[in-house]
Amino acid sequence: MNIEKFVREFADQYDDISTENFTAETKFKENDEWSSMTALSVIAMVDESYSVRLTGDDVRKSTTIQDIYDIVSLKVNG
Amino acid sequence: MQAFIKAVSYYLPQKQLNNEELAALFPEWGIEKIAAKVGIDTRHIAADDEFASDMAIAAANSLFTDHDIKPSEIDFILYCTQSPDYFLPTTACIIQDKLKIPVKAGAIDFNLGCSGYVYGLALAKGLISAGIAGNILLLTAETYSKFIHKNDKGNRTIFGDGAAATLVSTSGYAKIGEFVLGTNGAGAENLIVKQGGIRYPAKKTNLVSDEYGNESSDSNLYMNGPEIFSFTSEEIPPLIEETLLKNEVLKTEISQFIFHQANQYMLTHLRKKLGIAPENFYINMGRFANTVSSTIPIAMAEALREKETATGTKWLLAGFGVGYSWGATVITFN
Repeated sequence: MNIEKFVREFADQYDDISTENFTAETKFKENDEWSSMTALSVIAMVDESYSVRLTGDDVRKSTTIQDIYDIVSLKVNG
Repeated sequence: MQAFIKAVSYYLPQKQLNNEELAALFPEWGIEKIAAKVGIDTRHIAADDEFASDMAIAAANSLFTDHDIKPSEIDFILYCTQSPDYFLPTTACIIQDKLKIPVKAGAIDFNLGCSGYVYGLALAKGLISAGIAGNILLLTAETYSKFIHKNDKGNRTIFGDGAAATLVSTSGYAKIGEFVLGTNGAGAENLIVKQGGIRYPAKKTNLVSDEYGNESSDSNLYMNGPEIFSFTSEEIPPLIEETLLKNEVLKTEISQFIFHQANQYMLTHLRKKLGIAPENFYINMGRFANTVSSTIPIAMAEALREKETATGTKWLLAGFGVGYSWGATVITFN
């Protein structure tokens, strides 16, 4: 897995806000667009691109994109 | 004895809540974008004095009228709801009386949500196979609107009220095939109305706002949407593969996959994951929203009008949700 690629894939789940400045350290819930629909999109993206199950709880307890990346990495390698 | 679907009808309450009204109530919600993703234009909402059993009776009356069926022919009522009239008696008993179904008929309620229709077909098939009944009135009816807090914009967007009536019989137009069912109560708390039962009798509690700004109390419907989505993505593809195997059919032999119409976003994700072409995957919920246990029979009634049902045509029906509970079967047209 590649963190730069993951950040882009994550950023693609937002339609309205500018995500050009998104990095691994971006706090992904701290913007106007974050909603349960975005959470769904992130779970769908992880399922499609990495074939692992990200849970609602995984998203709830995460703050940065790096947090999600670490969870996904663990599942992919587990 | 084999079991068949003989007729399907549905009922929707008159009152509607459309996207414009939701936009006016929740200007910050961005309903246009959300509605486009979930594929819902409007939802029907039961009147204050209209209850699930009233809607089930209306659906049954439509079934009788539209398909020339007499109440006297019914020998069993299966009523699926999570909004019973009372703790007791069983709502199906009240429905028997109101529909003038013979006193010799059996009647039970069963409490399931989005998987309820498929379970109802399984129970009906069991009753027919065992020679216990021959003309089963399967009713599904739900009024989640009465559980949802008025400030819960997410659930108000997704759910609509509705009811459906299906006649399952020893003859009919589509034979009911083999079932795959499943349950995982570990997910119970992710879709729940916590208060109002015996464990937590209803009382007023403080409103809690979830991390997405949806308000509810423990006496309201609570849904952890992302978690339900995650569960569905994991559990439903294997359910479909097993159902195909058990019915000895290939994916390409199913002309319509009719899943519980949860929301278009989830359905499209499942469709792609399963590698099903859009033309073989039925989505029709824009005018109905998610009516819980009635989405499959409503979609089926619509698909029956639109789609080819030549002899040998196979449709796969799959329900999944609250419980967690899931189930699927294949029906084959004569």
